[in-house]
Amino acid sequence: MSDLTTARQMAASVTARSVSATELIEVSLAAIAERDGEISAFNLVTADDARRQAAVIDARLAAGEEVGPLAGVPIALKDNLCTRGVPTTCSSKILDGWRPPYDATVVERLAAAGAISVGKTNLDEFAMGSSTENSAFGPTRNPHDTSRVPGGSSGGSAAAVAAGYVPLSLGSDTGGSIRQPAALCGVVGVKPTYGLVSRYGLVAFASSLDQIGPFANSVSDAALLLEVIAGHDARDSTSIPQPVADLSAHLDDGVAGLRVGIVNEFMVDGIADDVRRQTHAAAEALAAAGAIVGEASVPAAAYGLGAYYLIAPAEASSNLARYDGVRFGLRVDANNTPDMYDETRTAGFGDEVKRRIMLGTYALSAGYYDAYYGTAQKVRSLIRRDFDRAYEQYDVLLSPTSPTTAFALGDKTADPLTMYLNDICTIPTNLAGHPAMSVPFGVGDDGLPIGVQIMAPMLGEVTMFRAAAVLEGAAPAGSTTNRVTR
Amino acid sequence: MPERITAEDVSHVARLARLNIAPDELELFTSQLGDILEYAADMAALDLDGVEPMGHPHGLRNVMRADVLTPSLDRAEVMAAAPSTESGMFRVPPVLGEEL
Repeated sequence: MSDLTTARQMAASVTARSVSATELIEVSLAAIAERDGEISAFNLVTADDARRQAAVIDARLAAGEEVGPLAGVPIALKDNLCTRGVPTTCSSKILDGWRPPYDATVVERLAAAGAISVGKTNLDEFAMGSSTENSAFGPTRNPHDTSRVPGGSSGGSAAAVAAGYVPLSLGSDTGGSIRQPAALCGVVGVKPTYGLVSRYGLVAFASSLDQIGPFANSVSDAALLLEVIAGHDARDSTSIPQPVADLSAHLDDGVAGLRVGIVNEFMVDGIADDVRRQTHAAAEALAAAGAIVGEASVPAAAYGLGAYYLIAPAEASSNLARYDGVRFGLRVDANNTPDMYDETRTAGFGDEVKRRIMLGTYALSAGYYDAYYGTAQKVRSLIRRDFDRAYEQYDVLLSPTSPTTAFALGDKTADPLTMYLNDICTIPTNLAGHPAMSVPFGVGDDGLPIGVQIMAPMLGEVTMFRAAAVLEGAAPAGSTTNRVTR
Repeated sequence: MPERITAEDVSHVARLARLNIAPDELELFTSQLGDILEYAADMAALDLDGVEPMGHPHGLRNVMRADVLTPSLDRAEVMAAAPSTESGMFRVPPVLGEEL
């Protein structure tokens, strides 16, 4: 049974009843029990629920029922996804004790596909951060080197897959929060096209940017999970009303004739030499497989980080106004309601969340709206325009995912701007709304994983996954995805 | 771009956002927010004349649903999550004046 490493193998074996869902869940829970004291990927392990669901799936299979494409597969959920009756904290004190009265759409779809959640994973508070150090529960550690961060904000979900607890997990990506931890943990991470996956039940951070997506140990498993969670949902008004493309059917189509552009603006000073080297090596691997590789330019993307740190905080300042101690979560009592609001929010939010709320409030305030928020929205238009122009010339774009391999805990916590620079290559695609993913491709000089980013135009997931599958197959020995085939 | 953000500005936005910022935190927050805004000010180098602002990847349009009854969240389950309730309502401290 230990040879079952991919979600596809697990689901096939459970469906064929050569292994039970209960056995798979026990293996997953044992792995978590053995190592998560050290890694801290999970805020909460829902062992009893998972065992109950596994027993139900085994009983249904025994009765001859069909269960679904993820039958019995253990999965981990970022703790900003609502789970009915199960605490959902966003790693914030302000949601202390809250049990949502409903499931997120993605949680419902996973259950309908037969997947079994084993728990809720750690994140930077309200998904604001790039290291999973801004958590009320303390930091998550990188399974490849526990002195290093796993990236963030979906660091717990990335670490849960990298540590081998689960083959799949879900994260959310507002400026790189799936792709950057995927790169630092040596797993596959996907930010789908904005609107492809319903956000109903995802606790909102920046609504024009947030998107839910998969982590997996292989490109094929990531495709399978995305197929399960994608598709129109009337409960999310930004959900795209059209059928989901069959990603799995095209994974082996190759890249012959595919036009691949390396983005010049993402290969600049500040990107570590070893990361640039691996990005060029990835381009060469695609060329060797028949792709036509050239240099692409997305000039306005160089201003993406600045625009993002006005737009995302502006939206966050509005979204986080709902935490007021009245309807759910923490309340700090006071003699009157205005003081209760102030004391609840002051005690409930961590420093990074406070910084972004204040930054967003400032950017939206009278006298500064045009200079900051208005300017950032215009820059956003230019970024979209420049990407669209690049996609007239290229089918997919290639870049590093993160400027460096995983950095040490505490290294970047003192200076917020230094931390933000981690997302310089990932943020522009969120602003544009395009899909992008990170695929492990070799290791850095320190032996830690490096991820390369593949970007595609709106709803270009099929092509993006084809390129990702080729990169995975060509990844140098030692790349972490190789372990799924050995 | 406007002048660098001051401690008074930060105090003001903290009030608007209903956050209490202690005097010893104010200086650090002011300097950090100033650095971020200064970084963002590089956008001024771009020619933005005639560029339309973009608020959303797919443009903003309203989405309507059919006007039919559907099940909603369970009231008791929703109220159970509140810090304090009374007679099916959310209970808060006095808004004006003192506790009765």
